[in-house]
Amino acid sequence: MSNIESAHAVGGPQPSAGGRGAEGAAPSKWEAVIGIECHVELKTNSKMFCGCANEFGGEPNTKVCPVCLALPGALPVANRVAIEHMIAAGLAFDAQIPEFSKFDRKNYFYPDMPKDYQISQFDMPLTQGGVVRYWLEDGTMKECRLTRIHLEEDTGKSTHSGSGDGRIAGSSHSLIDFNRAGVPLMECVSEPEIHNADEAVGYLEALKRTFVQLGVSDVKMEEGSLRCDANVSIRPVGAKELGTKAEIKNMNSFRSVHRAIESEIARQIEIVESGGRVVQETRGWDEVTGTTHTMRSKEQAHDYRYFPDPDLVPVEVDRATVERIRKDMPELPPARFARYHCEFKLSVAQATQLVENAPLAEYFDACVNASKNAQQSVNFVLGDLSRLANESDTPVYESPVKPQHVAELITLVESNTINSKIAKELVGRMWKGEGAPKSIVEKEGLAQTSDPGAIDGFIDGVLAANEKSVADYKGGKTNVMGFLVGQVMKASRGKANPALVQERMKEKLT
Amino acid sequence: MSTVERSGVDVARAVNAREISAREVTDATLGQIDAVDERLGAYLTRLHDMARAAADRVDARIAGGEKLAMAGVPVAVKDNMCLAGTRTTCGSKILENWIAPYTGTAVQRILDAGGIPVGKSNMDEFAMGSSCENSALLQTRNPLDLSRVPGGSSGGSAAAVSAHLAAVGLGSDTGGSIREPGAFCGVVGFKPTYGRVSRYGLIAFASSLDQIGPLTRTVEDAALAYDVMAGYDPMDSTSIDRPLEPTFSALRDDLRGKRIGIVKEFETGKLGAAIDAVYKQAYRDLEKLGAELIEVSLPTADYGLATYYLIAPAECSSNLARFDGVRYGLRVEGNDVGEMYEATRAAGFGPEVKRRILIGTYALSSGYYDAYYVKAQKVRTLIGDDFKKAFATCDLIACPAASSPAFVSGAKSDPYSMYLMDYYTIPMSLAGLPALSVPCGSVSVEGKSVPMGLQLCAPIFAERELLSAAHAYEKATMHYKNNKLDVSLHRAPTGNLV
Repeated sequence: MSNIESAHAVGGPQPSAGGRGAEGAAPSKWEAVIGIECHVELKTNSKMFCGCANEFGGEPNTKVCPVCLALPGALPVANRVAIEHMIAAGLAFDAQIPEFSKFDRKNYFYPDMPKDYQISQFDMPLTQGGVVRYWLEDGTMKECRLTRIHLEEDTGKSTHSGSGDGRIAGSSHSLIDFNRAGVPLMECVSEPEIHNADEAVGYLEALKRTFVQLGVSDVKMEEGSLRCDANVSIRPVGAKELGTKAEIKNMNSFRSVHRAIESEIARQIEIVESGGRVVQETRGWDEVTGTTHTMRSKEQAHDYRYFPDPDLVPVEVDRATVERIRKDMPELPPARFARYHCEFKLSVAQATQLVENAPLAEYFDACVNASKNAQQSVNFVLGDLSRLANESDTPVYESPVKPQHVAELITLVESNTINSKIAKELVGRMWKGEGAPKSIVEKEGLAQTSDPGAIDGFIDGVLAANEKSVADYKGGKTNVMGFLVGQVMKASRGKANPALVQERMKEKLT
Repeated sequence: MSTVERSGVDVARAVNAREISAREVTDATLGQIDAVDERLGAYLTRLHDMARAAADRVDARIAGGEKLAMAGVPVAVKDNMCLAGTRTTCGSKILENWIAPYTGTAVQRILDAGGIPVGKSNMDEFAMGSSCENSALLQTRNPLDLSRVPGGSSGGSAAAVSAHLAAVGLGSDTGGSIREPGAFCGVVGFKPTYGRVSRYGLIAFASSLDQIGPLTRTVEDAALAYDVMAGYDPMDSTSIDRPLEPTFSALRDDLRGKRIGIVKEFETGKLGAAIDAVYKQAYRDLEKLGAELIEVSLPTADYGLATYYLIAPAECSSNLARFDGVRYGLRVEGNDVGEMYEATRAAGFGPEVKRRILIGTYALSSGYYDAYYVKAQKVRTLIGDDFKKAFATCDLIACPAASSPAFVSGAKSDPYSMYLMDYYTIPMSLAGLPALSVPCGSVSVEGKSVPMGLQLCAPIFAERELLSAAHAYEKATMHYKNNKLDVSLHRAPTGNLV
């Protein structure tokens, strides 16, 4: 693991995981060991093994065909784009992409699984190994190795009716929507190298931003396109052996992942400290009670009888394809974060905000390229420009404000040609499409004046019109200075150099 | 020769030449079916309306100037192949009332080429069996001797073709299910190379072995139907994407320059003197046509049966999981979904299907997988290697198509003796090779003459060589001309036969 000192005062954390950082780590006597399994729906036009649309929602059972309904005689054909997405995901985490991979059947009966087996990958997944690099709110870089990422198909969705609460217990009947059946899913399995809830969320955010940036998934948890389970165990600090794990399911947001892991760690510590033993089982997270509860024990575990799917030919991943995908890879989040945070000295919050919005980051990079001033660029991009973007619902990079305009503006400010007030006004006018800031400044004579004669003229006028304030100042109420300077700025229509105004004003009043 | 006795090639030629209409051929065939199928039981479903509508469409296309490879040829479709709007049962109670909403690729190609689907033919349940006796819905008899079985699992198609209730019968062969019923009914049964004909729309038994092929009275008809059905299908990723060589135009009349391997381990003496004599004569006939006979060895072929009865059940245990009562087919209600599954599958599957699902589930289960499934796959590779070695010294292999001629219904009461019927066809299936059976004479049993089949087998993709050789042999021997339909077939129903 690497550790990068935070170069700047840390801004507030991004609000995606409330409550982070509060009491993330287990008490010092115990170390938590956590592995995370994530299912991420891939973004493709069609489903994994048929031509049906891969889209969220729609009337139940309208995006179905003989293949994804598992009608007798129908056969799967693998989606090439999904396989390429897998390769991209693997490469992004420095995973190995074996030349040979295959699909296997995972056999078990479930009503919303049409074939009563799931096409998945058992011993020869499309990617093996790899490492996820992420950072915490204080800028600490962390790593968690991946075991593998494999490709499989999603199931349909059951709705249980008649029980009142949507649970299967007590329901009179169930309805199944197969629209989601056969949607491509990648399952990302981590090594047990995560040690607290903060790291778990940091790891998940890293997966999310990488997949979004690669365009392989939308990663919308609310639409179920990212679902995750956590294997949690504890052991005494310094111990090598792993403790008995519990698998936590039903976590529907990064926030619930954080809460569930903290709750589970606390539960296990309490059991062990009171002389009990943790039982290996699957536990469900309950958002309302904020606790986990037993879903099924190990004894009920399935024998999935994996075997190679004879309906699908093995996948041969030719090296040219891998290299083409590698070549098209954008700059990845950890590298971009390090560049912004360590090289450009942006705060963790600023760097993170940019890294999670790749087109905005590219816009920012263009501003830096043109202005050679990262700090001013980030101030404009995440400041006034982002505010205007929010107000107008137009992304900064789609606005009429071009990076070279931003660079010009920075030059105008840095050279004291305009002051910050004019700069702010100019940003607003550029946003409305008035063009390059320099030409606006020249056309309207907005350049800041530092001519002592002109400034003295403004000051004299203001002092003459505000005798009471002058008297107050001389009587010791020095805080009227701000008011008087403001009046001068107003009189100069914002063009007077505020530092010079302040300086001359003080001289005149003493 | 009556209309129904005409070969498929002859029908297509005559319909294209407008000597006869597809509708006339269809009506004649349907008439024959209605006249005899009560006693034969070849068809689970007769498709009068669909067949007539298809025939009228073909006639319209011919009138419009089109030439169609199978114009007006009456076709029996095995009931494990989806044909939109038809009941597609797989010979099982679990699909007894299931209407296929789509048409499989091979069937569609037949229809597009002008073939007329006259009925859905009976089969062993889910193609598991060698006599058609495992059909849960109907008993099919051998048209040459109604006391005997037609073979299986494609027994309905074989019986239909033999009894002139279709010119072409579509069959599927997993371990011999086209070749053995072909031999039993005195017709040609041809299994192409695995992957040559799309399986899309064929209800799977064992995916890595299943292959669609034709049952016909002549080799020419088999070549005709194969040329129409074969070829890459984007809907089946195991179908082979490589150029197809037409076979029909390449049929030959002699075997000059061909080396034919006779398998040392398949010594026919052990099958009894009468059967031995038939095969020895067949080999001599091949020689007379100019072939050179060479002894070859398939030392691992003896493990074929054991290998097959691990791989095929393993795949079927998974393939048949979808028949769960949730979306289609039979559903027997229970107190919860688990009980519903159990009740549905208990009532819906017959004993042989249950046996194979159990064997396959066991072979794939944790702790046994390596010892059974993985080991079987290794042996499968060895069997394929043996064939490769053999084909280094010969062009084709000749051997029996079945262990015996058609037996009397009910004679094979234990599963193992039934499994042994496919002893000579299973190794080729495991190796994915093209193979066919062609009538090669008969033996006399209780005063009746019962046909035998010669199996010819070629290296993968050598369908052209295979059909060519079979055609030369057929033309020289004309054994199918000796088929005599059981005299009871045309009698009014007596009630004691059906």
